[in-house]
Amino acid sequence: MQGLKEFLRRFVRNWPAVGGFALLMIVLVMALAAPALYPGSPWDLVAQPFLWPGADAQFRLGSDMMGRDLGAGLFHGARVSLLIGFVATLVAVLAGIAIGALAGYYGGWVDDVLMRLTEMFQTIPPFIFAIVLVAIFQPTVATIVLAIGAVSWPAVARLVRGEVMALRNREFVQACIAIGMNDARIIFRHILPNTLAPVIVTGSLMVATAILTEAGLAFLGLGDPNVMSWGTIIGAGRDVLRTAWYVTAIPGVAILLTVLGINLVGEGLNDALNPRLRQK
Amino acid sequence: MSARLLEVRDLRTHFFNRGTVAKAVDGVSFHVDAGEMLALVGESGCGKSVTAYSLLRLIADPPGKIVGGEILFEGHDLMKLSDDEMRRLRGDRIAMIFQDPMSSLNPVFTIGAQIAESVLVHRGGTKAAALSRAVELLDLVGIPDSRRRIDEYPHRLSGGMRQRAVIAMALACEPKLLIADEPTTALDVTIQAQVLALISELKQRLGMGVIMITHDLGVVAQHAQRVAVMYAGKIVEQAAVADLFSRPLHPYTKGLLASIPRQGASGGRLNEIPGMVPSLLAMPRGCSFAPRCPKAVDRCTHHVPSLADISPLHPVSCFVAQQEAKL
Amino acid sequence: MPPTLRFLLRRLGQAIPIILGIAIFNFFLLHMAPGDAVDVLAGEAGGATPEYVAQLKAKFGLDQPMHVQLGKFLWNVATLNLGFSFRHNMPVVDLILARLPATLLLMICAIVLAFSAGLVLGVTAARNLNKAPDRIISVMALLAYATPIFWIGLMLILLFSVKLGWLPSSGMETIGGDLSGAARIWDVARHLVLPAVTLALFFMALYTRLMRASMLEVYGLDYVTVARAKGVGERGIAYRHVLRNALLPMITMLGLQVGSLLGGSVLVETVFGWPGLGRLAFESVFQRDYNLLLGILLLSSALVVLVNLLIDLLYARLDPRIEVA
Repeated sequence: MQGLKEFLRRFVRNWPAVGGFALLMIVLVMALAAPALYPGSPWDLVAQPFLWPGADAQFRLGSDMMGRDLGAGLFHGARVSLLIGFVATLVAVLAGIAIGALAGYYGGWVDDVLMRLTEMFQTIPPFIFAIVLVAIFQPTVATIVLAIGAVSWPAVARLVRGEVMALRNREFVQACIAIGMNDARIIFRHILPNTLAPVIVTGSLMVATAILTEAGLAFLGLGDPNVMSWGTIIGAGRDVLRTAWYVTAIPGVAILLTVLGINLVGEGLNDALNPRLRQK
Repeated sequence: MSARLLEVRDLRTHFFNRGTVAKAVDGVSFHVDAGEMLALVGESGCGKSVTAYSLLRLIADPPGKIVGGEILFEGHDLMKLSDDEMRRLRGDRIAMIFQDPMSSLNPVFTIGAQIAESVLVHRGGTKAAALSRAVELLDLVGIPDSRRRIDEYPHRLSGGMRQRAVIAMALACEPKLLIADEPTTALDVTIQAQVLALISELKQRLGMGVIMITHDLGVVAQHAQRVAVMYAGKIVEQAAVADLFSRPLHPYTKGLLASIPRQGASGGRLNEIPGMVPSLLAMPRGCSFAPRCPKAVDRCTHHVPSLADISPLHPVSCFVAQQEAKL
Repeated sequence: MPPTLRFLLRRLGQAIPIILGIAIFNFFLLHMAPGDAVDVLAGEAGGATPEYVAQLKAKFGLDQPMHVQLGKFLWNVATLNLGFSFRHNMPVVDLILARLPATLLLMICAIVLAFSAGLVLGVTAARNLNKAPDRIISVMALLAYATPIFWIGLMLILLFSVKLGWLPSSGMETIGGDLSGAARIWDVARHLVLPAVTLALFFMALYTRLMRASMLEVYGLDYVTVARAKGVGERGIAYRHVLRNALLPMITMLGLQVGSLLGGSVLVETVFGWPGLGRLAFESVFQRDYNLLLGILLLSSALVVLVNLLIDLLYARLDPRIEVA
C-alpha cells in the first residue's frame, strides 16, 4: 500500500502524465457515452451529405459524403479503438508472459526453442504480418485483436524472460525450490509479481501501437465491416479529400490525441515505477 | 614569485535540489606550493571530491554551484575567468586524474588519440606530432611497448595500465598542478603502490604541485608533505605530515589514525569512530563532529569552531583542542 | 578466412533457421487461406466439373500428403521459386523484384532523412536540456510519434498538393511525361518528397527521442568529465566524445525498425499510389492473391534479416569493444 501511495505521488507530480490521463479519460467517456448520445448505428444515413462541422446544430461535427453523422462515427469509433487496443495488448501480454516465463524459468532447450520462435516472430514485419493474418482469416473484431496480439507479444516475452532469469537465481526463489514448492506456484506467486512493473510500462505503450495498427488496417479496408472505426472513416474520407477534408481530419485528430494520451501515461508510469531512471 | 601556486580561500560549493541545500563544501581554505603534495583526507562524502571538482569548475550546474570563495592559481582568481579561459587552463596548467580508470577513458577512441587530444586542444600542431608526444608520455608513465599501445582501445588494457594512460593524458601539457582524486582505490594493492610511486616521482621530476585526495592515511604518510583533514564539508585540521601523525589534535583525526590497522598488531580489533557522518541536509547546529565526539562539551553543540592556529603551521577547528593547547 | 567473412558466415548460419521457420509458417498460413489456387482458377473458369478440379489439384500437387507438399514448398523457397500469381499471370518472384526498387528508394530516403534529422534534433535537444529548443523539439517529437502515418500523408497531400499545388500527390513519375535524364530524376524526386517525408516523420520522432535520451545518458559518464578536465570544449565534448557513443543505440534501433519501416511503407505507398512492394501487398489482399501476399511476407522478412546482418557489421565497426572474429 505504501508503494502504491508513493507511486501515485510520483505519477501525479508529472504533469504530462496527468494530462495524458485526462485525454485518455475523455476518450473513455466518449466510448461509454456513445450508445446513449448516438443510439442509432453510426452507419445510418441520417443527414444531408457533406455537412461541414458547425453548419448544422443537429450534426455538430458534420456529415460524410453519404450523409452519415461524423459525431456518431467519432464516438462509436472510440469504443472500437479502445476495445481493440486494450484487448489486443492483453492478449499479447498474456502470451508474452507465458512464453517468457517458461523460457526464463526452465532455460535449456525450452529456452532455445521458445527464443528461436520469438526471434522468428520479431523478424516478420509486424504490420505486413497483421495484414496477412486479417486477410486470411477475414476481418472481424476477434481476428483483428488476435492478429495484433500475434505481432506484438515478442517484446513482452523477451522482457519477461530476462526478468525471470534474473529472479530465478535470487535467494528467495532458490529457497522455494529447496523446500520443494511446485514450479507453477513459484512462477505465479513468487516470480511473476516481481516482473509486473516493467510489463505494465511496456504494455501501456503497446496499447498505443495497437490502436495505430488497428487504424492502419481499417484504413486499408481491413476493418470489421460491422463496426465503425476511425481508420475506416479516414479511408472513406480519402476519396473526398479535395472537397471535404474535414471527414479525414477529424478522426485523425482523434487517433492522434488518444495515442498521445496513452504514450504520456505510459511514460508517466515508467518514470513513477523506475525512479532510479528519473535522476537525469 | 612570492605567490603560492594555489591558494583556496573560503571555498563554498552547495547543491540545490527541490528547495533543499546541501553544503558539500562549506568554507574550505588551503594552499599548495610547487613541488609539494598536499593530501586531502576524510571519509567518503566529506566533500573531498567536490572540492577537487570545484577547483576545476567542473561542478554540474544545476544542481551544484560554487557560491563563494576564491581560487587563486598563480595569483589569479579562477572564479573570475570566463568559461573559455577556464577551459583553456584545464588539462594545460591544471590537470586531474580520477578514481576509476575503467570509466575514465572513452571506449570508442584509441589510447593514443585520447592522449593526443589533450596536446591538440592546448598546443595545436599536427596529429602526427601529437601522437608522437603520446608515445613519449606513455614511456614516461612506464607503459611498455608504447609505440604499439597508442593504437589500442581502452578495453584491451588492464586497470593499472589504464590508470597510467589516464595519468599520461593528464601530464600531456606538463601541468603546474595535478589533482588526483583517489587515483588508486579501484586498483589492486600491488598496482596501487606502483601508481602512487609514479605520481610521486613525476611530481619530483616535473616540479608539480599535487593535491592527493584519499581516505588512505598510509598513502598520506608515504607520499605527502602536508595534510588537510576534511569532515562534513570543512577542513578540521591541517598540518605537516610528520606533525599530524605524531601530534594529532582534532578528535576526528585521532579517530582516523586509531582506525589504521597497524602492522604486527594481528588479531587486534580495528578501532572505528562510532556513529555516522551527518547528512549534509541535516547538519547539527554546532560542531558537525560533536555528535560522534568523545570529548564534546556543551559549547560544541551550540557553536561552530573555526580553524584557529595552535602553532602557525598546525590549525585545528576544535574548542577542546584549542583549549588544551593554550594550557 | 578473414574475420569479417567468418562473422558473416556465422550470422548467416543463425539466420537460416529463422528464415526456414518463417517459410514453414508461411506454408501453413497459405493452407489456411480460404480457397487455394485451384479454387480460384476453377471459379474463374466458371462451373468447373469435379473432374476438372481434381485434375488441376493433381497438376499443382495439391492432392499429395501435407509433408510432401511442405517439402516441395521449402525446396521451391530455397530455389527462390515463390509460386505463381494467377492474377498477374507472372511468377511471384518476378513481380516482387519488379516492385522492390521503388520500395527500396522510398525506404532508403525515408530512413536517411529520419536518421539524420533525428540525430540533429536529438543532439540539439540534449545540448539545450530543459531550455526552449529542447521543449519545442520534445513536444514535436511526442506529437509526431502519436500521429497515424497514413493520416499525416493525407494531410500533407491536402496542404502541399491540393491547397498549395507545390508537389504531386500520387505516383512515382508524371504519367505520359516521357522524360529522360536529369528531367526524369527531377520528376521522380518531386514525386518522392511527400511519401518519403510521411514515412520518415514517425521514425524521425523515434530517433529524436532515442538520441536525446542516449546523449543525456552518455553525458553523465565519467569519461565525459575526464574530457572536460582535459580542456575539451563543449562542442568537442558533444560531437566527438558523446555523439560517437550515443550513436550506438541508434544503430541498434535502425535494425529493430526495418520491419516497421516495411509496414509503414504499405500505408504510405497506398496513400501516395507509389508503385512499390507495399502497394503490391495491398492489391494482393483485395485480389485474394495469397501466393503473392505470402511471398511478399517471406521476402520482406528476409530483407529484415539481411539488413540486420549489415547493421551488426556496422556496429562492430563503430564499437571497438565488439570483436568481429
